[in-house]
Amino acid sequence: MKSAILVFPGINRERDMARALKLASGQEAAMVWHAETALPRGTDLVVVPGGFSYGDYLRCGAIAARAPVMDAVRDFAAGGGLVLGVCNGFQILCEAGLLPGVLMRNARLKFICHDVHLRVERSDTPFTRGYNAGQVIRVPVAHGEGNYEADEETLKRLEGEGRVLYRYCSAAGVVDEESNINGAAQSIAGIVSERGNVLGMMPHPENHVEDIMGCTDGRGLFAGLVAHLEKAA
Amino acid sequence: MKARVTVTLKSGILDPQGKAIEGALKSLGVDGVASVRQGKVFDIEIAGSDKAKAEATLKDAADKLLANTVIENYAIEVKG
Repeated sequence: MKSAILVFPGINRERDMARALKLASGQEAAMVWHAETALPRGTDLVVVPGGFSYGDYLRCGAIAARAPVMDAVRDFAAGGGLVLGVCNGFQILCEAGLLPGVLMRNARLKFICHDVHLRVERSDTPFTRGYNAGQVIRVPVAHGEGNYEADEETLKRLEGEGRVLYRYCSAAGVVDEESNINGAAQSIAGIVSERGNVLGMMPHPENHVEDIMGCTDGRGLFAGLVAHLEKAA
Repeated sequence: MKARVTVTLKSGILDPQGKAIEGALKSLGVDGVASVRQGKVFDIEIAGSDKAKAEATLKDAADKLLANTVIENYAIEVKG
């Protein structure tokens, strides 16, 4: 799996992501600077990592979404290429129009930085095939603007088309108000594009991939991507 | 030319920041505030003196970057 990680000024999770990708695929990810106009030849997966691109100025992800490299990402996604956006990466993908909706300020206004539980809604996608449908995984979040919102019609479509892949839940897998840490519509933690090849999620699976991290629940996402691409090859 | 673009949240979009400001005003004893919604103001200098062109430029700026039209409205004002 040849991965390309986009690097914007203010991003800070790109090395965590590179480590997780290396662990899962055995291959070093390429770091791609935002001013580039093309992705490395043979890229299988584009990752938009977390952090605070451009200091979160204007709106989270707004300025990064207009960077030159994003045109190449748009073309890559239009051709069916896999794109993963985590945290600020999710915000950037929404601002770039690659995913619908928007990430608003957390409903309780606080920056949230702790582990959360996620329910994997289905296992038949490249981004979830490393898990079972209904499985509960534990991964960290670290964000102030993770409150996913979209208009009613968009939400209906996301649900109807099975495009919500990850949802905030309790340790037992119950989706309720208490476990919906940021007030997101329908407890949405991660969604895919219409074609299913672009995933945006607020939590950080790359930070739960090694024993030293205290949990390895995030591995399934990366292992699933590797398995998907091996099968496709 | 001086111009101003005002960006506000669309009605129906939850505004937790506005709510917090509203609460703070109430706790300060500022009476008569029914509700608060917050937004952004951009003061922009436009080169040249063609007002129609300036408006077109500002609309382009607002659509492309200043506002996220999924959740926000904007208003343009060219002051001349």
